[in-house]
Amino acid sequence: MELSKVRTIEQIVACFKDGQTIAIGGQTNQYMPDQLIQCVIDSGARHLTIYSIDSSDPNMGISRLIETGAVDRMITTHVGTNPLTNARIQNGTLKAELIPMGTFIERIRCGGMGLGGVLTKTGIGTVVEKGKQVIEVDGQRYLLETALHADVALTRCRRADPLGNLTYSGSSGHASHPVIATCADLSIVECDHFCDLGEIGPDEVKVPGMFVDMILA
Amino acid sequence: MDNRNFIAKRAAAYFKPGDVVNLGIGIPSLCGSYAVDGVLFQSENGFIGIGSTVKGGLMENSRFVNAGGVHFIPVPGASAFDVAMSCGVIRSGRLAATVLGGLQVSARGDLANWSTPGRAFGMGGAMDLCNGSRKVIVAMELVARGGSPKIVEECTLPLTALSCVDHIVTDRCVINVTKDGLVLSEIRKGHTVEEIQAAVVPKLLVAPDLIEMEED
Repeated sequence: MELSKVRTIEQIVACFKDGQTIAIGGQTNQYMPDQLIQCVIDSGARHLTIYSIDSSDPNMGISRLIETGAVDRMITTHVGTNPLTNARIQNGTLKAELIPMGTFIERIRCGGMGLGGVLTKTGIGTVVEKGKQVIEVDGQRYLLETALHADVALTRCRRADPLGNLTYSGSSGHASHPVIATCADLSIVECDHFCDLGEIGPDEVKVPGMFVDMILA
Repeated sequence: MDNRNFIAKRAAAYFKPGDVVNLGIGIPSLCGSYAVDGVLFQSENGFIGIGSTVKGGLMENSRFVNAGGVHFIPVPGASAFDVAMSCGVIRSGRLAATVLGGLQVSARGDLANWSTPGRAFGMGGAMDLCNGSRKVIVAMELVARGGSPKIVEECTLPLTALSCVDHIVTDRCVINVTKDGLVLSEIRKGHTVEEIQAAVVPKLLVAPDLIEMEED
């Protein structure tokens, strides 16, 4: 079917270019879009910026990409389980902006939902506040956290249909995937199960297909 | 019972049936084994109703893993959602409590637990948890390896949040953060008030009803 968003690995590999910002779903090495991460590695794209909840553990998930030297910069929430990432941060070969998880995901959500930013109390009185605008609403102080939009989003889902309607399952099976899938100009998803059109009922769809551009089935 | 489980058991005694609670990695993750029935555990990656740990076998799969990387079985009534919803649960005051590890706690209950010199861990969900949970419980050894104090006048490490800590549960005592200062409320058998005071920097107030910590 011509309208199908299913693409080959070769077509997906061709999407990655030097200097891109790539948002990647998943957390704690679990349920990562590993096939799509391999596509980025195979593309040879360099000087990438990555938005992700963490940097995975050595030789897993996002760390495999970092270890190739393709990543210059990250916006992330946690790198504590990855000494390789830490070493790159300490020697200056990787610039990492560490931000709170709730702030990270809301900034991503804003990037996908056409919003300029959100107000949160998280980070008030800490280094996170540095350089941020403080806005007072009803006597309460909030940080203005601005939207994050990516060139490409790489996520994984439980089920996808040819239009890119997506469903999820579990904790790590949701994680940041449904939000990350919305935040980029080009949203690519890998699915556990590829379904016929109509097989996923409208009430089951978590991310509508209009947010998804390509499917690795 | 080792010190880590001793601390976790005492911290879990704060939970009540009906509470939804988030546990950090390390000592806090052990609290689940000691909670009363009816407590639901939340995970930042998008879950309420984390059940028992599973290692191998048919029930282990990569979609049911908590934020600490541990595979689990959901309890009946569990729900799954994304991180945006999950952090919304946290920030909006819906969590009865969170139990976190600590590097330093200050006299007014500031917490530092995400970064040390020369090594950035990242705060993960800790800043949101400290900002939004109705009760913040720090579960940690009273002093650092080498014996230096972790309860200090002012934190020198990067802060997680200001004035957020309610209770500090340690291997030797329980200290409550109150508007009057740090109050020593429980002490473990074999330790003295003088010894606890010597291990922390701020001047402790001693609760009039100071009790001995329960051993198993």
